[in-house]
Amino acid sequence: MIIRILGIGQFRLDDQHIDSLNKIDNKIVEQVSKGKEKEFRKSLAKIISMIQEKGEPIDPAEIFPSDIIVPPADMTLEEAKKVFSGDGLIKG
Amino acid sequence: MGFLDRMSTVVQARMEKIMGRMEDPRETLDLSYEKQLKLLQDVKRGVAEVTTSKKRMEMQKAKLQMNLDKLDSQAKDALQAGREDLARKALENKSALQGQMQTLDQQIADLVEQQQKLVAAESRLATKVESFRTKKESIKAQYSAAEAQVRITESVTGISEEMADVGMAVQKAEEKTENMKARSAALDDLLEAGTITDYSGGDELGREIAQAKAKSSVDDDLARMKAEMNIQIKELK
Repeated sequence: MIIRILGIGQFRLDDQHIDSLNKIDNKIVEQVSKGKEKEFRKSLAKIISMIQEKGEPIDPAEIFPSDIIVPPADMTLEEAKKVFSGDGLIKG
Repeated sequence: MGFLDRMSTVVQARMEKIMGRMEDPRETLDLSYEKQLKLLQDVKRGVAEVTTSKKRMEMQKAKLQMNLDKLDSQAKDALQAGREDLARKALENKSALQGQMQTLDQQIADLVEQQQKLVAAESRLATKVESFRTKKESIKAQYSAAEAQVRITESVTGISEEMADVGMAVQKAEEKTENMKARSAALDDLLEAGTITDYSGGDELGREIAQAKAKSSVDDDLARMKAEMNIQIKELK
């Protein structure tokens, strides 16, 4: 599976890691809805470092779409809320 | 729906705007390439803007440091002139400015980070754009319209995702520099309005300290003269 971490680039990650990704993803849903900024940032950092550790970085010269898109590590809780509210993270 | 799925939806919405409608596949390739070149220009401009903003803040920092040093030496002058009240005022101003200094350091660090991110984004995008250019020519030359369609969709979607990513980074950097422009204008006002201390009488505290210093030197002179005269009188006796 191909994952893009926004602001960093694309990685190829073995499908066996999907479960752990989903677990953190579910936590994030809860943390954002409860407004837990600290925990949210921790989970986001965890997803990002996991992909970087277990995945293989893809050569930037390769061009293909990703299966999963992970937000940048500096995303704030406010921005994350916007992702859920459907206003779109960023205008434009 | 998970957070990451939502994130993909957000990015896809942005990608659709970038891609537009893919009607004529070959035209789509050229159009996308034009947009890529334009985005590369935008990133370069973004890097330049962040750099300018950073330079401006570094200049402010130097100015602020000068103010801090000046207040420090004024406090010493005031103490020497026996005016602890004025020394205290100068040190109070200094402490307020030190808070500004910390904020400024943080903002400069933030801009350095934005700068690094944009430079990295520019390099990634440039590599992809170059690779897209080669690919687009080979797709045009080698494949029939039907075959080309699949390959075109894949490359245009792939590069549009990169463009959405880079576009977001540029936007974030722009927002940050905009924010900092406003804050740095406020700091400029603060620096102009009274905390800039000047012996020539540029501000009230500075004037008071200069007066105290002058008075104390007059007092010293008087004392010295009196002492000398006493000696002379004693010698005359």
